[in-house]
Parts: sequence; C-alpha cells; structure tokens
Amino acid sequence: MTRSILSGWGGTSPSASDIVRPTDLATLRSALTTPGPRGVIARGLGRSYGDPAQNAGGSVLDLTGWDAILDVDVHAPTVRVQAGISLDRLLRAMLPLGLWLPVVPGTRQVTVGGAIAADVHGKNHHVHGSFGRHVVSMDLLLPSGDVVSLTPEGDDPDLFWATCGGMGLTGIVLATTIRLQPVETSSFVVDTERTPDLATLLERLASGDDAYTYSVAWFDTSTRGPSLGRSVITRGRSARVEDLDPSRRSHPLDFAAPQRGRVPFILPTSAVNRLSARAFNALWYAKAPRHRTGEVQDITQFFHPLDVVGDWNRLYGPRGFCQYQFVVPDAEVAAFTSAVEAIAASGHVSSLNVLKRFGPASPAPLSFPMPGWTLAVDLPVRPGLDALLDHLDALVVEAGGRVYLAKDSRTSPATLRRMYPRLDEFLTVRRRVDPHGVLRSDLSRRLDL
Amino acid sequence: MINALGAPQHLLLLGGTSDIALAIAREYARVSPALRVTLAARPGARRDAAVASLTAAGCTAVALDFDALDTAAHGTLLDGVTVDIDVAVVAFGLLGDPEQAWTEVEAARELAAVNYVGAVTTGVALGARVRAQGHGVIVALSSVAGERPRRSNFVYGSTKAGMDAFYTGLGEALREHGGRVLVVRPGFVHSRMTEGLDAAPLATTPEAVAQAVVEAVRDGKEQIWVPGTMRAVMSGLRHLPRSVFRRLPV
Ligand SMILES: Cc1cc2nc3c(=O)[nH]c(=O)nc-3n(C[C@H](O)[C@H](O)[C@H](O)COP(=O)(O)OP(=O)(O)OC[C@H]3O[C@@H](n4cnc5c(N)ncnc54)[C@H](O)[C@@H]3O)c2cc1C
Ligand SMILES: NC(=O)c1ccc[n+]([C@@H]2O[C@H](COP(=O)([O-])OP(=O)(O)OC[C@H]3O[C@@H](n4cnc5c(N)ncnc54)[C@H](OP(=O)(O)O)[C@@H]3O)[C@@H](O)[C@H]2O)c1
Repeated sequence: MTRSILSGWGGTSPSASDIVRPTDLATLRSALTTPGPRGVIARGLGRSYGDPAQNAGGSVLDLTGWDAILDVDVHAPTVRVQAGISLDRLLRAMLPLGLWLPVVPGTRQVTVGGAIAADVHGKNHHVHGSFGRHVVSMDLLLPSGDVVSLTPEGDDPDLFWATCGGMGLTGIVLATTIRLQPVETSSFVVDTERTPDLATLLERLASGDDAYTYSVAWFDTSTRGPSLGRSVITRGRSARVEDLDPSRRSHPLDFAAPQRGRVPFILPTSAVNRLSARAFNALWYAKAPRHRTGEVQDITQFFHPLDVVGDWNRLYGPRGFCQYQFVVPDAEVAAFTSAVEAIAASGHVSSLNVLKRFGPASPAPLSFPMPGWTLAVDLPVRPGLDALLDHLDALVVEAGGRVYLAKDSRTSPATLRRMYPRLDEFLTVRRRVDPHGVLRSDLSRRLDL
Repeated sequence: MINALGAPQHLLLLGGTSDIALAIAREYARVSPALRVTLAARPGARRDAAVASLTAAGCTAVALDFDALDTAAHGTLLDGVTVDIDVAVVAFGLLGDPEQAWTEVEAARELAAVNYVGAVTTGVALGARVRAQGHGVIVALSSVAGERPRRSNFVYGSTKAGMDAFYTGLGEALREHGGRVLVVRPGFVHSRMTEGLDAAPLATTPEAVAQAVVEAVRDGKEQIWVPGTMRAVMSGLRHLPRSVFRRLPV
C-alpha cells in the first residue's frame, strides 16, 4: 500500500490516497470489509477527467492488474473478462477472431470496469446505445464482502442498472460478460463532409445519421458570427472485405495502432492558449475535405486520432483543464445553440469539440446519454471559467439536460439533482448495498452521493 | 471537497472575526452557493456579529471556541469539526503597540505567543487534519512586515517572519499528503487592526486581499503578495544596504 497523489485526466483537484493493487479476491474483499475511516473506491485507467477515481485520505483499488480474459464464445459472440482489462487490449485480442466491441469511447485506454461505471458511449450511440446495454452479466463485490452475479433481467435488476453509470459507488465489478459484434475487417468506410454553420450541421445530423452506424462531428467553437459552429462530420460503418484495397484483403483484421509521441511531464505553462486553440480549430476545418465518400480508414484514424499523441492532456500545463460535456433533449436546439454561442462569446477557447446526436437512453438511473444533442469541449482553467460553466449548467438544466459525470469536476450537489431526476432511485440502491458508505470518492463527497 | 475551479464546500477561519478572514468568506460565498463556514474565535459579540453577517450572505455559519493563547487546547481543536476542511484560513494576529512590544516583557510575550506560537500549534493541528483527509488548502496570512524587519515594528515583523517560515515549510511537508499551503503577504490593509494608523504606500483593502486569495487558491499558488506590485517592492527593499534602508520612511 502506498500513499500517492491522484487526479483525473484533467489534472485538476489532486488528492492523496492509499493505493492498493489487488491480485486476489481475498485482498479485494478485505479492502471492502475492513475499510479505513475514509472508505474505498475502484480505479481503472484514470481516464475520467474529474475526481471519481480518487479518494482523498482513503483507499483506492487500482484494478488495472486485474485484467484476464476468462472466456470467449465466438458463436454468441460474447467475451468474459476481469474488469481491469483495457478496451485496447481486449480489442487487440478480439479482432483476430473477427469480433469487435459494441461500444468504443474516444480513447481505447479505459478499463471495462470504468466503461461500465460511467456507462460510456461511442460514435454508434444512436444505433447501439451505451455500454451497459451490452453487458450480459457482471459479478459485483459488495461492501458486505458478498459477490453477487447480476444480469439485467435477474433477481436484482435495480442493482445491475445502478452499477451501470454508478461511478463505482455500488460495488467493485470483478468480472463481466459482454456481447460482441462480428466484423469482417478492422477498417471503416467513412464519409466526411464539412458544414459551414451550426444550423446546417444539426440538420445534417438529424436527417442523415440513420444511414450510418458511426457518426460524430468535430466542431469549431471559436469562430463567431455566421460561421459559428462550422464543422467536419465523419460518419461510417465497419468495412467489409470487398471494401478494402485488394492488397489488404488477405489480412483484413490486422490492427496497427502506433503511439507516435509522448508529451514531456507537465510543461511549465499551458501550451494550449487561445491562439493555439483557435489555430487548431481553423486547421482541423481546413484540412478536412469539403465532401468525400467511401474512404477506408483504420481504427486509430477513425476512432482515436488523439491516442496517437500519448498523454496529450499534459499540453494543458500544471493547472489542468475542465472537460465540459452536456446533452440537451432533441427539441432543445435553441438551448443548444445558446450554449454554443455562450462558449464562442466567452473568450474561453476549446480546441477539442465533439458533437453528436444521441439515440435512446439506457434504463440506468445515472446514465448520461438521452435522446438529444451532446457537445464536449475542453477548456483550460482560466479566470472566469467558473462563471461560464455555471451559466452553461443553468442553460442545460433549464432545457432538461445534464452533464456527464465521467467528465465533470466542478458541478454542485443541487445542480446534479436537477440534472438527474432519477438520482433518488440510484441513492436508494446505493444505501441498500452500502449502508455505511464504505464506497467513497472525491466525487461522491463533492456531489453528496 | 474543493472543486476543479477552486470552490470549496467548507471553509475554516481561525480568527473568525478578522476583517480579512470575513472578506475571504464573503468572496467564497459568491463562488460556492452552499458554503459552510466554521468561525473559530473567542466567544463574544464580535463573533456573534460575524456569524450573523455570513449567515446573511447565504452561508451556513457555525462558531467554534478558539483562543490562540490556549495552546494546550490546539491539539484537539478540530476534533469537533467532522466535515472535511477544504480551505482553512489562519487569520488571527495582533499588531500590538510597537514600542511596548520591544520594551515590556509581557507585551512582547503576548505578540510572540499569539502570532508565532499560536500559529505554529494550530498549524500542527491543521497539518494533522490535512494528512488524514488527503487534501486541503491552508491559507496563512503572513505580512510584508516579516520580510525585512523595520525599526518601527520589528517585534510584530519577527513573529510574522517566524510564522511565514513555518507555513512555507508546512506547505512542503504536506505536498505528498495531498495538501497545499498558500502564504499571503499583504502590505498595509485597512482593517480593524490598522484602524487609526496612517496608511502606508500601496495600502489595500480586505476585499482586495480576499480576491487575490481566492484566485491564488484556484491557480494552485503557494505564495502571493497583495497588492501584487508589493512583490517587486519587497524584493528591492530586501537587498538595500541597512544604512540606506534605515533612512527610508517605511
Ligand atoms: C481522450 C478521452 C476520450 C474519451 N471519450 C469518451 C467517449 O467518447 N465516450 C465516453 O462515454 N467517455 C469518454 N471518455 C471518458 C472515459 O470513457 C470514462 O471516464 C471511463 O470511465 C474511463 O475509464 P477508466 O478505466 O479510465 O476509469 P477511471 O477513470 O479510473 O474510473 C472511472 C469510474 O469508474 C469506476 N470504476 C473503475 N473500475 C471499476 C470497477 N472494476 N468496478 C466498479 N467501478 C469501477 C471508478 O470508481 C470511477 O468512478 C473519454 C476520456 C478520455 C480521456
Ligand atoms: N491589517 C493589515 O494591515 C495586515 C497586514 C498584513 C498582515 N495582516 C495579518 O492578517 C491577519 C488578519 O488581520 P486583520 O487585518 O483582519 O485584523 P483584525 O480584523 O484585527 O483580525 C485579527 C484577528 O485576530 C484575532 N485574535 C487576536 N488575538 C487572538 C487570540 N488570543 N485568540 C484568538 N483570536 C485572536 C482577533 O479576534 P478577536 O475579535 O477575538 O479580537 C481578530 O479576529 C493577521 O494575522 C494580521 O497580522 C494584517
């Protein structure tokens, strides 16, 4: 056990926790049944932006070594894994079998446990929903020390769904069986188009997404006026063998994912400033083709352009940054537009902006996605950011929307309650399985969960 | 917890009636809508008024009995404070009569006991709390008077130099425990402490100190001067030969 300073991917609010790296069930069980006064929380690869995977003064169970692939059923197809395995490693193991994960977020460097706890979504949310929908079963270690096997239809569906999106506050996911998807290749057939403004973008996504499995837009929040919201839409589907270049057809499932550069440990000041962010926005738009169809791209090009720069979060310097991701219902285009305008007018410039239209919500009470518009922006911590984000919170609440807990680092208990109307359902389950509040994190303290 | 943008949920004021401490609480009340404030101070009308004023500002304000001279009680001072302390402000202090302070034993002892000994013993209690919590920011109100002792108030200056050094070191010690210390060196501040005195150059207000503190905590700073220009001034003064320094009207 070592005491270490932990923070989320945004690098804000560091705190000290005792890190335990369990390799057997007995260690895990005793961490939960004989907790210290400040409790225990699980941590995966720490890709949440804020404070859910750290526990100031308490224990953190680092599950990244708990990562075996236990069983593959290529016919179902399903895979059973220990929850600390990364999606990257799982994908590399499944692709040669012609199998693909049902949900892949914007980085592969997340664990299956983290994917369940945040009920993550990918570019295919409008078709396939969030991660929890593809969980066939999971084994959950409770604060009592018992291990329960949960399914969506089983004896305790409330606990199953509270665990999906429950940010680790219902138990430790030990192992899980997930449904996979058959694929012929590791590539994607991608259509790219640029849209000149926000209204066109929303219209194109609303009318065209149904024709694609994957859809996302990169979005410029720094240009005001008529070009506000100019964007690059990329949409695609899994490629079939005949889509590939003939030279690649003999090995269609190959997966090459380079990691090109790493960023030196904490630059002294933020390398991302307003100018560089503006330039990045402009470049991203300019380098995209006005319209191109049927291009074959590999996984990294299509899903994870950022994974090529390891540790890019350090570009933001020691103060870190806030990622703000919100969703508002389909009909709230006006609120969505106001939010984009408020960001563009604020002088806070985000270099990474991802926009997507979500499909149906999951049954999980704390799951983030709902049918509607979601936007994620990356904002370096600068004076006035609190006022901007409080203003956005108010717009989002007013529109019946919410922010994403996997990204949040600064909202308040009162605002959370207004954003998640089913919060009490979650808390009822949490109190049932964890009456003494053993499972605790900086996020649970900050948000009174 | 303190959030990513430096807004705490619970603030502790040691010296809960200090003008500067209360200005800091009011400044935090603007960024933290449901702020809880614990005012550690000697009981009395001033403390009651401070609780009432913070309650009126929308805070949940709670009083805690505290006397800087009662060092025996400092080890258990925070035992009754069960909520995590996100930001603690060490604000108690005495200016005293500068001539008595170097000529009368009792006056000198009191300044040293409150400003230095009390600051150290409460600092030990705060440090223990931060280590247990694994997080927390301590804001220590030092003074430019401690940076270079002057003839006019060197006893006060010496106590501030001592507490400044203690809290600077405490900041180093708490780093690996998730804690942070911000040492604040204001110049002349118009407050109850300086009432009736002639203002020094670059005089400032409790509100300005409060704003600077809230920003510095948010930005993760470890040392600030208020006003900010004081930093350069002091850096210049520190290097003046004593023969020149003693003739300055400061
Ligand atoms: C570049 C980037 C892009 C991203 N893109 C997306 C995206 O497109 N869509 C999306 O939905 N998210 C996205 N995310 C967020 C990320 O998917 C989630 O934060 C995810 O939870 C991170 O997983 P992790 O393993 O790093 O978990 P951590 O960040 O370590 O932990 C997250 C939560 O999971 C809990 N947890 C971890 N393991 C377990 C376990 N075994 N049992 C119980 N609880 C557990 C922790 O307690 C914590 O509450 C992105 C993040 C980054 C950095
Ligand atoms: N004002 C300036 O020019 C200036 C400049 C630099 C630094 N500072 C420092 O800033 C801090 C706050 O000062 P301020 O300007 O806000 O002055 P202030 O309003 O006079 O505050 C001083 C505080 O110290 C408290 N105190 C004194 N003796 C105490 C004791 N034995 N036990 C408990 N509390 C005691 C007082 O409490 P009671 O109400 O019980 O007396 C009062 O709350 C001080 O440390 C001061 O040295 C001030």
